[in-house]
Amino acid sequence: MPLIRRAVWRRDGEANVVDKARARAEEALDGLLFDGMSIMAGGFGICGVPEHLIAVIRDSGVRNLTVISNNCGVDGAALGLLLETGQVAKAISSYVGENKLFAEQYLTGKIEIEFNPQGTLAERIRAGGAGIPAFYTRTGVGTPLAKGKEERTFNGERFIMETGLVSDLSLVKAWKGDHEGNLVYRKTARNFNPMMATAGKATVAELEHLVETGTLGPDNIHTPGIFVDRVVESHAYPKRIEKLYTRPRPETAGAA
Amino acid sequence: MAWTREDMAMRAAKELKDGFYVNLGIGIPTMVANYIPEGVNLILQSENGMLGTGPFPYEGEADPDVINAGKQTVTELPETSYCSSADSFGMIRGGHINMAILGAMQVAANGDLANWMVPGKMVKGPGGAMDLVAGVRRVVVVMEHCEKTGASKLVTECSLPLTGANVVDMVITELGVFDLARGTHAPALLELAPGVTVEEITAKTQFAFTVALT
Repeated sequence: MPLIRRAVWRRDGEANVVDKARARAEEALDGLLFDGMSIMAGGFGICGVPEHLIAVIRDSGVRNLTVISNNCGVDGAALGLLLETGQVAKAISSYVGENKLFAEQYLTGKIEIEFNPQGTLAERIRAGGAGIPAFYTRTGVGTPLAKGKEERTFNGERFIMETGLVSDLSLVKAWKGDHEGNLVYRKTARNFNPMMATAGKATVAELEHLVETGTLGPDNIHTPGIFVDRVVESHAYPKRIEKLYTRPRPETAGAA
Repeated sequence: MAWTREDMAMRAAKELKDGFYVNLGIGIPTMVANYIPEGVNLILQSENGMLGTGPFPYEGEADPDVINAGKQTVTELPETSYCSSADSFGMIRGGHINMAILGAMQVAANGDLANWMVPGKMVKGPGGAMDLVAGVRRVVVVMEHCEKTGASKLVTECSLPLTGANVVDMVITELGVFDLARGTHAPALLELAPGVTVEEITAKTQFAFTVALT
């Protein structure tokens, strides 16, 4: 005799989950924002950025934010929106090269930037989400970014200690997600999103497509729903390109 | 007649070997992909999470979700795979990438590299460069020999904040090629661009070097 009779607690084929989907971006962030909080936001440049959720943060007026993001976007887009309004006190980032306002606010002392090597930033977030408080890396040894960090030698090579990172809120951008919060990313829009999803005390995912639970295929899921608290579908995606490069199409035979 | 930017990219491409996994930086290093020698099959890695980076798309076919680390639109190849930034830097830090070709602001005789900020003036941030020079097996720098002011970028000691210490294997400029061997021996001049003399390159190079022209 089976110990659990499945039919008692759910009907076959029916998803047995709390619905994490919210109808609007404002609802998805309701009750999660406060002054002085830390926010992780996925994206590389403007690729894979939860831009509608960032717009809600701008409109909410929360201030004194610590943002953790690879680039802080570009002028006028992505986290660049929060720089324009002066809501960011500190950024933990690897690169400000394409964001004039970001570089200018740093050089004039209006904003504090903690520069992290890109791979160190990715690994700190991965570690934070996985409950690892610190790790050793070769990256940055002998550079200004090693200052004040513990150094150890393993197998005759020098390494510095870096700490894991967590956030009060992680905002991620996924291609598809279901009502349980399972996520699938698309191509290079994946970037920092999977690690950030694991490292937030609360994680909210912005989706291009909200799909029925059970349709993503369990083997295809990049981020399991346990890491995600709320999802919201954003319509009419204005996907932008930072640097459009193309090549001419070769002449087809007989075209001339 | 010094080398052009295309010549420098072409010279750097000669360092590529069949079967290599290679990371190309922004600027002249990106152009290296145009000069991969005949018979050399390699896979280009973009640290934003793309292994097997293809050429720019045809007009009208760009996908905003397919970009390289320079944020340029690119295309997929049959062998392409995508991964997270953490996995991508696992490839880099873990020593799985054979060669990185990147630009620099200064390179020192001991293989030190500086390319991420000029204090008080300009800051780009380290991006992936610190991880690349720390983890990739062979690091080739392609850069202009001198600053616009005329000051040599090949220096006895870097005055700019370092990206990595003892990390550069080779430097290619418009004037010639130096073997730095990560500072394990004194810099050696391996090649001169056509028409460039040892006297001229010596005058424009701050660090001392041996001449080992082949």
